[in-house]
Amino acid sequence: MIGAMSAAEKLRLDQISMTFNTPAGPFQALAPVTLSIPQGRFISLIGPSGCGKTTIFNIVAGLLQPTSGRVFIDGIDATGTIGRVGYMLQKDLLLPWRTVLDNVILGMEIQGVPLKEARGRALPLLRRYGLAGFEYAYPSALSGGMRQRAALLRTLLFDTDVILLDEPFGALDAQTKLHMQEWLLGLWADFGKTVVFVTHDVEEAIYLSDEVYVMRTRPGRIIESIPVPIPRPRQRHATLVPEFIAIKERCLKLLTLDPTSAVAEAA
Amino acid sequence: MTVQESSSLPSIELAPVRPAARSRQVKSVRRLPVQKDWPLWLIIAIQIGILIGAIALWQAAADDGWIDGFFWSKPSAIYATLIKFFTEGDAWGDIAFTFRSTIFGFLLGTAAGSLIGLSFWWSRNYAAIVQPYMICFHSLPKLALAPLVILVFGLGLASKIAIATALTIIVSVLTTYAGVKAVDPDQEKLFYSLGASRFQVFRKLIVPFCLPWVISVLRVNIGLALTGAIVGEFIASQHGLGRQILYAGQTYDIALVWVAVGVLSTLAVAMYAAVSWLESALRKGVKQ
Repeated sequence: MIGAMSAAEKLRLDQISMTFNTPAGPFQALAPVTLSIPQGRFISLIGPSGCGKTTIFNIVAGLLQPTSGRVFIDGIDATGTIGRVGYMLQKDLLLPWRTVLDNVILGMEIQGVPLKEARGRALPLLRRYGLAGFEYAYPSALSGGMRQRAALLRTLLFDTDVILLDEPFGALDAQTKLHMQEWLLGLWADFGKTVVFVTHDVEEAIYLSDEVYVMRTRPGRIIESIPVPIPRPRQRHATLVPEFIAIKERCLKLLTLDPTSAVAEAA
Repeated sequence: MTVQESSSLPSIELAPVRPAARSRQVKSVRRLPVQKDWPLWLIIAIQIGILIGAIALWQAAADDGWIDGFFWSKPSAIYATLIKFFTEGDAWGDIAFTFRSTIFGFLLGTAAGSLIGLSFWWSRNYAAIVQPYMICFHSLPKLALAPLVILVFGLGLASKIAIATALTIIVSVLTTYAGVKAVDPDQEKLFYSLGASRFQVFRKLIVPFCLPWVISVLRVNIGLALTGAIVGEFIASQHGLGRQILYAGQTYDIALVWVAVGVLSTLAVAMYAAVSWLESALRKGVKQ
């Protein structure tokens, strides 16, 4: 999957900016942001609350029309069009009246794939990626980690090349979080998707990504991009090598430079 | 009915300290009150006992002249009337009439109300415009419109159904709309991010999400529909249990009033039980 690094540009944000009109006057949530992500890359956005991470995601997913700028997917203008990227929001948003299986096929179902075919495609994946035995269970029977797995599989099965993950592991306990990171890396290696990942956890961002983008508030913007040249597949002890720690220090420094950022949140 | 056998010991020990001046400093030992459950057969036996006792008391009171048997009637007379009611009169016709108007009003009001409530999802502007009218209609005592409804819909079944519908529809509208408003905006966002159309969001998210709200009013509505049907019959009707009650009252046939009320209560309990069963069956189907 490292070979994908030299591949063609998959997603490009061209001078995306967002200004909201509030009663107190216009509020610039996002200063023009330009970003180019090659096919098959895993990149992370980190930054304090309110730095516009979620705004970027909403724009890329077509749920928000940017004040200026364009979104290109495979070189085609996709600004303001929905259904082009897989988007996993912070909450798992599983439908409680559907089984796990019927939850993960939601994207295919909406795209008009016949139910039988969609289920047939999803079943082996559920079994392979840690939800065996829970295919016909309802989400209420699942643990937090399993719910996130289901939500992630729903995003992956939507069958888009680009997936956006907004703090998918934010609500999990530390132990489960580590498991889920390994699980996600395995999934990413199998599927070869282009992933944009948002997190508050610096270590998580570095461990998972090929490149980390550090953001800052007022207005939300990207202040630095930091490549992570640690070879894959990465083992957990990669987080202890000096190279990793140097990147982590750099990130934390950038984050704490910002007077409005919450250090505790970033760390 | 608290049983506190176990707490007696420590309070005896503390007793001598209490009258003293420093009694405020001494904390009295208090135990969790324990309530003992009686066996089910005992509960039922007592319930039946109370019923039999009340009937016997009523009979005795009327026989011995403690109460006026003419106004209050008495169990023996009521029983005789009950037999006559089912053997001589058109009891089943009256029951069927009241049952039909209740059920039709219930179904019509609940279905239409739920659809109207769901329709508010489609347009916030439309919901905002209609809102004050809904609240007006909700606060209006709808039974006050009954004479008008009888004039418009006539003396037959239609006017009873109309009143029952008027009573039930608004409850369904408001409850279903509460469900619509409770939908998580992020959930809608997820659907749109998957490229869903508005109709897909409606069918796959809004309707199933609001179903528990729709179901939750069924029991309330069956009671309201019955009230509507009876009031319709009170005002003008040629059939129904409500008309029987009114007629019996007007002719001082108090025993018949009791019989009709008793039959009506039985009908009400039966319908309530059926709807409760339906509700729990639907809930299981909806799985939430």
